[in-house]
Amino acid sequence: MNITFLLNGETVELRNVAPTTTLLDWLRETRALTGTKEGCNEGDCGACTVMTRAPSGPWAAQNACILLLPHLHGRELRTVEGLAPLEGGLHPVQEAMIAHHGSQCGFCTPGFIASMAAAHAEGAEDLDDRLAGNLCRCTGYAPIIRAARAAAAQPVPAHLKNSPPITAPPQAEIPESGDELAAWYAAHPEATLIAGATDVGLWITKRLMELNEVAFLHRCADLAGVTVTDDEIRIGATTTIAAVRKAIAPHHPGFGELLRRYGSEQVRAAATIGGNIANGSPIGDSPPPLIALGATLHLRKGDTRRSLPLEDFFIAYGKQDRAPGEFVEAITLPRQPDTLRCYKLSKRFDQDISAVCGAFNITLAEGRVASARIAFGGMAGTPARAKSTEAALTGQPWCEDTISAATTALTSDYAPMDDMRASAAYRMECAQNMLRRCFFESQGTATNVLEVQP
Amino acid sequence: MSVAKPLPHDAAPLHVTGEARYVDDIPTPANCLHLAFGLSTIAHGTLTGMDLAAVRAAPGVVKVLTADDLPAANDVSPSVHDEPLLCTGEVHYMGQPLFAVIATSHLAARKAARLGELRYTERPALLTIDDALTANSRFEEGPREYACGDLATGFAAAETTVEGSIEIGGQEHFYLEGQAALALPQEGGDMLVHSSTQHPTEIQHKVAEALGVTMNAVRVETRRMGGGFGGKESQGNALACICAVAARLTARPCKMRYDRDDDMVITGKRHDFRITYRAGVDGEGRLMAVDFTQYARCGWAQDLSLPVADRAMLHADNAYYMPNVRIVSHRLRTHTQSATAFRGFGGPQGIVGIERVMDHLAAATGMDALRLRQKNFYASGGDISGALRGAEEEDVQLAASPEGEDLASRGAAGTVAPGTVPDAPKAPAAAQLTPYGQPVTDAVITELVASLAETAGYPARRAAVAAWNGANPVLKKGLALTPVKFGISFTLTHLNQAGALVHVYQDGSIHMNHGGTEMGQGLFQKVAQVAASRFGVPMARVKITATDTAKVPNTSATAASSGSDLNGMAVAAACDELKARIGAFLAEARQARPDEVRFEDDHVHVGGAVIPWGEVVAEAYLGRVSLSATGYYKTPDISWDRIKGEGRPFFYFAYGAALTEVVVDTLTGENRMLRTDILHDAGASLNPAIDIGQIEGGFIQGAGWLTTEELVWDDAGRLTTHAPSTYKIPACADRPDIFNVALWPNSNPEATIYRSKAVGEPPLMLGVSTFLALSDACAACGPGYPALEAPATPEHILAAIKRART
Repeated sequence: MNITFLLNGETVELRNVAPTTTLLDWLRETRALTGTKEGCNEGDCGACTVMTRAPSGPWAAQNACILLLPHLHGRELRTVEGLAPLEGGLHPVQEAMIAHHGSQCGFCTPGFIASMAAAHAEGAEDLDDRLAGNLCRCTGYAPIIRAARAAAAQPVPAHLKNSPPITAPPQAEIPESGDELAAWYAAHPEATLIAGATDVGLWITKRLMELNEVAFLHRCADLAGVTVTDDEIRIGATTTIAAVRKAIAPHHPGFGELLRRYGSEQVRAAATIGGNIANGSPIGDSPPPLIALGATLHLRKGDTRRSLPLEDFFIAYGKQDRAPGEFVEAITLPRQPDTLRCYKLSKRFDQDISAVCGAFNITLAEGRVASARIAFGGMAGTPARAKSTEAALTGQPWCEDTISAATTALTSDYAPMDDMRASAAYRMECAQNMLRRCFFESQGTATNVLEVQP
Repeated sequence: MSVAKPLPHDAAPLHVTGEARYVDDIPTPANCLHLAFGLSTIAHGTLTGMDLAAVRAAPGVVKVLTADDLPAANDVSPSVHDEPLLCTGEVHYMGQPLFAVIATSHLAARKAARLGELRYTERPALLTIDDALTANSRFEEGPREYACGDLATGFAAAETTVEGSIEIGGQEHFYLEGQAALALPQEGGDMLVHSSTQHPTEIQHKVAEALGVTMNAVRVETRRMGGGFGGKESQGNALACICAVAARLTARPCKMRYDRDDDMVITGKRHDFRITYRAGVDGEGRLMAVDFTQYARCGWAQDLSLPVADRAMLHADNAYYMPNVRIVSHRLRTHTQSATAFRGFGGPQGIVGIERVMDHLAAATGMDALRLRQKNFYASGGDISGALRGAEEEDVQLAASPEGEDLASRGAAGTVAPGTVPDAPKAPAAAQLTPYGQPVTDAVITELVASLAETAGYPARRAAVAAWNGANPVLKKGLALTPVKFGISFTLTHLNQAGALVHVYQDGSIHMNHGGTEMGQGLFQKVAQVAASRFGVPMARVKITATDTAKVPNTSATAASSGSDLNGMAVAAACDELKARIGAFLAEARQARPDEVRFEDDHVHVGGAVIPWGEVVAEAYLGRVSLSATGYYKTPDISWDRIKGEGRPFFYFAYGAALTEVVVDTLTGENRMLRTDILHDAGASLNPAIDIGQIEGGFIQGAGWLTTEELVWDDAGRLTTHAPSTYKIPACADRPDIFNVALWPNSNPEATIYRSKAVGEPPLMLGVSTFLALSDACAACGPGYPALEAPATPEHILAAIKRART
């Protein structure tokens, strides 16, 4: 592939690049820009964070270790070496990190600087969320947050405002629309589609897989975006989790809060809703709420389209109802009053894969359960509905006895497993207790440790 | 003076711009080769064959090395030569290096390393403490025991006795920069090695052995590490040795860095422990008898496990006087990664043991846990005047301020004049003894804890938590205040020495080296502050460069919190030597007395003259004064017999305390820290900003160890938590909402460098307050003792809540 992008203000044109070359390796090994560090090579530590954007668009922090060179086609990239203004001095977050003792060993620092500069450029105040994808083992974070707060009032340096134009010539493997993708994929049905590469990236960096044919979806403009009508919410497959979070939060705040904890800022900027569904992981965090909301999945192969309830897409562990050459085009949700509650359970609140992710869409009428759609991740080989539990609730009075009966029913819905995240017994107990939490919450009882103030 | 100022880290401007160079960032010659290890896929057995044809045929592979290809020693052990660099037949754990691939790129080496066809005769693996005990698989001939007093008498006098056991998980270092080394062949068979190591001399020694040369043929340089935490005291040996061997065999530069997963699978971690206990208090809550058995899971090789386990025993008392005590320690050998040094070096496990006991005793007696602790603190003997000043809040503000106020008056003022080293204070006749017989003469814990309890509002908050818990059926809060007393010195006495080399160039710039390594702890800056203070010059005149075995030989590891204490003194000695030479020269030239020459404000005062530093140096050079000096320091007054458990292993103790408040969800065990208040004793701090950084970071690292950081091995001995996706160190939002850290305005009674105290390790153990606050929240759920296990993952918390309810 031929790739064109802006690197620290200068146009870079690369010819015949191997499409699975990671940005991090290219920066460090080819360009000798060693400020960007490799900490984990799987998008979990943030030491490799860089800033990217569409020309003059909002800056996003991204993990260079699982960002592939074609992802940059037509975009602007800034590394830690490109943050200080050309006229001299430092970026305000760099100054603040020195003054507030925000670096100790310094290895995570360039990644923090990139995340902080991206947040600074966007005027972000949710600093803990913005920095959740940057691990520091030395400081305990307090001085870094002090630095970020101190820098907030300083102006964004001019060189991070407007971009020069970038011309990115079309590439067959980087289609610009759903139609182009459909045609290419129909002709290359065994190819691997790469959206954000937050999963596929690890096939490359950890499993060391050779991917022969690949296409990149990030420039299919018509596949991205959220459309809200009176009847439905339609989410394009390549909508990033960050964009989904922003669009869905007003309608279903519990879903929005769940997505706040999905991956990290860097991961949410890359990962897409379609990718999270299509890879069929049993522990993806978007399927449970989508299933609980009654989502419909829209698939396309060539010019043929079909739709199915999302839960039916997940057949078994590692097996989805998707034919070669077929791709996820969109998800639609029926408009509905919000009764969704989402609970994500993990060892760490931020940037941790769920041991259990429960989504409860329970509507009440006159003290009884009018309807219940409940779905879990982490409880089976696929994201799955809790149908026995739903049945045990539906039509029953909303009271502790009903909840108790429903928690018993839950044991017939799932047979979870033991792994490094949790034991089977703990998973089941917490899934049951999540249902109890729904009840407690409906009674106004405090159940969320994140809402407790010191 | 430059000491006591809260200056930023010397490399901070390089950190924030990406300019700071780590081993993998060093530009290499174009012909540099890259290495990766092929790893064992079973935990225990005999390697019966390796078919490496596919490895050799893989793209980019230049050479593949097995044990037979090694030119000299095949050993990377830092202790008893039980750690082959490459497998010689016996497989001891899953992840053991079997062969090494040399390839044209890092990626090519990694890919090829997976292609080996390995044949084994597999044998059952000992993975757990119970496995090892059953098989009597251990290091040393049997358990070690330190004791004093008489347990039977103690228990007879006890009114309340508790008995129990706690499992304490290990901890991955998760230094952000993985292990790395680069070997550059030199003329005549010499080797230059860049290593991310806390111990350049150890690397030099092991590389010399691996090459079959003397140490003077190997030069090791370490500019900085991207974090060490003990994980780079011995675990870098393998990379440096294999790179050096490969460089010798290929005559090309060779570099190796572990991919994160490899790093976590290959290298050792903090020892996990089981500690069983029986302890009793009298009616007043005073400890009458404590009986500990500590089981340390050491993994497959001895590494540093004996001193680690020793230090766990030496901290079984923490801050409490125990008249009758026995500590038994088992060092168990298992077929898992060889556990190694990790910040605290066994001390944290020992302290968790006694803090669990105090918590359990409080529950059993119904006494307030803090009250019970206070009843048992070692009697005061240190500088407790600070307790009267109540200035902690001010300290935080000063330390957080970037303007750099001179804090000398708060910390260093009133201390002994530079250069004078008084005799160690004699122990008062009534000084209380530790279980290993060292008199505790410097305790400030009573006053420090009283001050913290008052400023952080312990009594009122204890009542508020109880009231809040009464009103909340699902969520429960918990509160715990725990102390730390940590012994400072290497317990291997001879390691307590350091060297330094200081040059003054003819333009007045000062260049210095010392034996310590920089891993983020700010050692270079603290030592530079010492030098600037000695010469009375601004910091800008002083440069510290990479640690280099060719400049300062025979260094000890930068470990045991000793960096500033040892190297600061060594640098001060070198500076004083140069000052003496310059002073004598100037005095003679100006008919003045040498002892009246003063170095201050970038000038030298001699006779009636005040001469700018630069002119002085030029004049001294022209006067043929040697402007280069070495400095040397050895810690006085220490000795230790680790077998008998007798002597004075520690020069002094560092103290601290933390009060942490948490909230727990009793439905799932999810939890978080709400507030932490810390008061910590760094003596007369050399740099309050850097010291507070160590305290904040150490606390969070300790809290992480005891909460979210869980290492899991499967039944085959495979570490299943081998990357940050599965092993969860604290993230940004995991710090407490309110996080107050203050320095105890203290001055070390011992004559350390400017009366400062070591601060690297002790704060880690402040994280124990988080663990016991979680235990306290669990205890609010019912009448039973929750007996929380560490790490307190949500799952373990839910189990503890159930125990409390029964």
